[in-house]
Amino acid sequence: MSQKTEKLIDKKGLRIDGRKPDELRPIKIEVGVLSNADGSAYIEQGKNKILAAVYGPKELHPKHLALPDRMVLRCRYHMAPFSVQERKSPAPSRREIELSKVIREAIEPAVFVEYYPRTAVDIFIEVLQADGSTRCTSITAASLALADAGIPMRDLVAACSAGKVEDMIVLDLNDVEDKVGTADVPVAYMPNLGVITLLQMDGILTSEEFEKAVNLAIEGCMKIYAMQREALKAKYVSVKEVEE
Amino acid sequence: MPTFFERRQLVVPGDLLAEGDYVAGENTFKSNNKIYASRIGLVEYEDNKVNVVALRAFYIPRVGDTVIGTVVEVGFNGWVVDINAPYLALLRASEVLNRSFKPQKDDLTQVLDVGDLVVAKIASYDRTHNPQLSVDEPGLGKITRGQIVKITPTKIPRVIGKKGSMISMIKQETGCHIILGQNGIILITGKSPEDEELAIMAIHKIEEEAHTTGLTDRILQLIRKEKEKKGGLKT
Amino acid sequence: MTAATTVVRVKQKQIAQLIAKGKRLDGRGLTDYREIKIEQGIIERAEGSAKVLLGKTEVMVGVKIETGEPFPDTPNEGVLTVNAELVPLASPTFEPGPPDENSIELARVVDRGIRESKAIDLEKLCITPGKKVFVIFVDIYVLNHDGNLIDASALAAMTALLNTKMFNYEVENGEVKIKPGYTPLPVRRHPVAVTFAKINDRLVVDPWLEEEQIMDARLTITTDDDGNICAVQKGGSGCFTPKQVFEAVQIAKEKAAEIRKKLGW
Repeated sequence: MSQKTEKLIDKKGLRIDGRKPDELRPIKIEVGVLSNADGSAYIEQGKNKILAAVYGPKELHPKHLALPDRMVLRCRYHMAPFSVQERKSPAPSRREIELSKVIREAIEPAVFVEYYPRTAVDIFIEVLQADGSTRCTSITAASLALADAGIPMRDLVAACSAGKVEDMIVLDLNDVEDKVGTADVPVAYMPNLGVITLLQMDGILTSEEFEKAVNLAIEGCMKIYAMQREALKAKYVSVKEVEE
Repeated sequence: MPTFFERRQLVVPGDLLAEGDYVAGENTFKSNNKIYASRIGLVEYEDNKVNVVALRAFYIPRVGDTVIGTVVEVGFNGWVVDINAPYLALLRASEVLNRSFKPQKDDLTQVLDVGDLVVAKIASYDRTHNPQLSVDEPGLGKITRGQIVKITPTKIPRVIGKKGSMISMIKQETGCHIILGQNGIILITGKSPEDEELAIMAIHKIEEEAHTTGLTDRILQLIRKEKEKKGGLKT
Repeated sequence: MTAATTVVRVKQKQIAQLIAKGKRLDGRGLTDYREIKIEQGIIERAEGSAKVLLGKTEVMVGVKIETGEPFPDTPNEGVLTVNAELVPLASPTFEPGPPDENSIELARVVDRGIRESKAIDLEKLCITPGKKVFVIFVDIYVLNHDGNLIDASALAAMTALLNTKMFNYEVENGEVKIKPGYTPLPVRRHPVAVTFAKINDRLVVDPWLEEEQIMDARLTITTDDDGNICAVQKGGSGCFTPKQVFEAVQIAKEKAAEIRKKLGW
């Protein structure tokens, strides 16, 4: 991370986009946005604009990749060429391949993969515009797309980053904070079981700061979790109204 | 032993439904003596059993189910059929030909080709094997006419209605022959395309409002109104 | 990983039961490392090299230095590139072909530890700001896979970097001219990665292959000389409670300090 002189926290303790240290960016979530997919979700978090789609469960091809006792979950995290300031080559980068793996591993603990042996479920994530912490925003959307596809799940997975910006531990890093800040800690969380399913960190933190950042990120996950559930229910709210 | 929702309330995966001595029914799971939802749906408490009637689910084959599928591949001794499930189904040539199959003589594409629709029963299926189909009952086999409607498989029971009341009403009012595939695929064959359209409209309406009460009456009124609009059909 | 690596069920049970009692199949305690053996300067053609044996896991690292362009956002810094090859001869599960997600993750976790701890003084690798810098290629070569490739690779990478000699040079009309003699690469920090496996809800340090095959999840914590955390990576399709994570951080700090002391870093 580079050492720019730009002020990221002002005298009042507010961040570059006017947020308080423990404040999330505005979030908008919509479920069931793509008619071709078995499940889908669209999310905006700050300037992040991300689509997630789920196809399956279906037969796995080539067949030798199928597992006899469980479903294979596959995930592709991909950034659109126009999603960042300088055009990104559409070919998957090493970063995207790593993120595809950690996102899949963050979601897998929530899915009853043992229910449907020999099948595959594909999760496709397209980052249409990137504004920092995209892996977390992607996980939040992908877990909703899975629920929308009717895939049995233990819980929704909510994800949020925390980090250190100019000696302050802050929630939900935006693009500038991510690039110029001292450390970034993305976390994915399953509230029911109280477990962390994604945890990464880069930068420099003392163990006390790290603990504080993880706990703050979990608080953020809890707020996002509430929004996820609301968004999922909103899709069926018409059903509910007619019934009452 | 508390429960945390009203009956028929909307729940999502991870919602805590009940705690204590309950049995986890459909689309729920138990962990640490707590019962949670695993799918989006409406919660039902029956005695000590907790179910979620899923609003989003896919078809999982069960032996004995009638399904409607599309032939997607002609193999050397049978057909591969897409039955709108995570697993492709197999229909053996001997099953259709009613005699042993002679690879030298029989051209399977003459019997069923890619794109053909079939009504069949699930003859066998388990975790380790793909479903096998059979067509050895009257009414089963290749579909030659009619229209196909696809709905969420979990809503098929609603289309049938209590003791088949809904489906017999639609059949009677539209004069159409209707076959319901448990896999969410419905075949409608009527005397005229107008009759078929009427039945299709009714089925879509049921899918939309599957979780409302007094549905059979409303659908009946709807069909009659539409018939009047079209100046009365000869049924 | 493929079915070829399935651990016999009886053994799975044995490993899991022992861990529940705080013991391990190879006699180690839950937080003990296997024996670490280190060799340096084994590849003469490379500017730096090392081989690390972590039990039976064997990793070689070669460092090559070339000149190239700096990244536009860091015009005054040299470039660090870490790559990992899971060489097919190292395990029946490694296939020839372009790097898969496992080798990419391995390289990126090692890279993150070195980069974020600022182990190499990259500013000293600048030749002409914005135009020409030294590019350090760290190539990880896994020769035998018996578990915990991350820790072994991170150790091998740091050992190789500490062993790396840069040729002396002078700049004449914008061209780099090589002069006789060498200077060591400016390495100032010593990040150490400590990896945990979660088995039966218990954490074990430095998992060997069969433990990795039955683990629920993996957690790597890389710390620097001051005990600060510089990289974290959770892997595998399981999960950790926050308490387990914080416990792991403390163990990782202790273990890294032990390793640094042992290696004289």
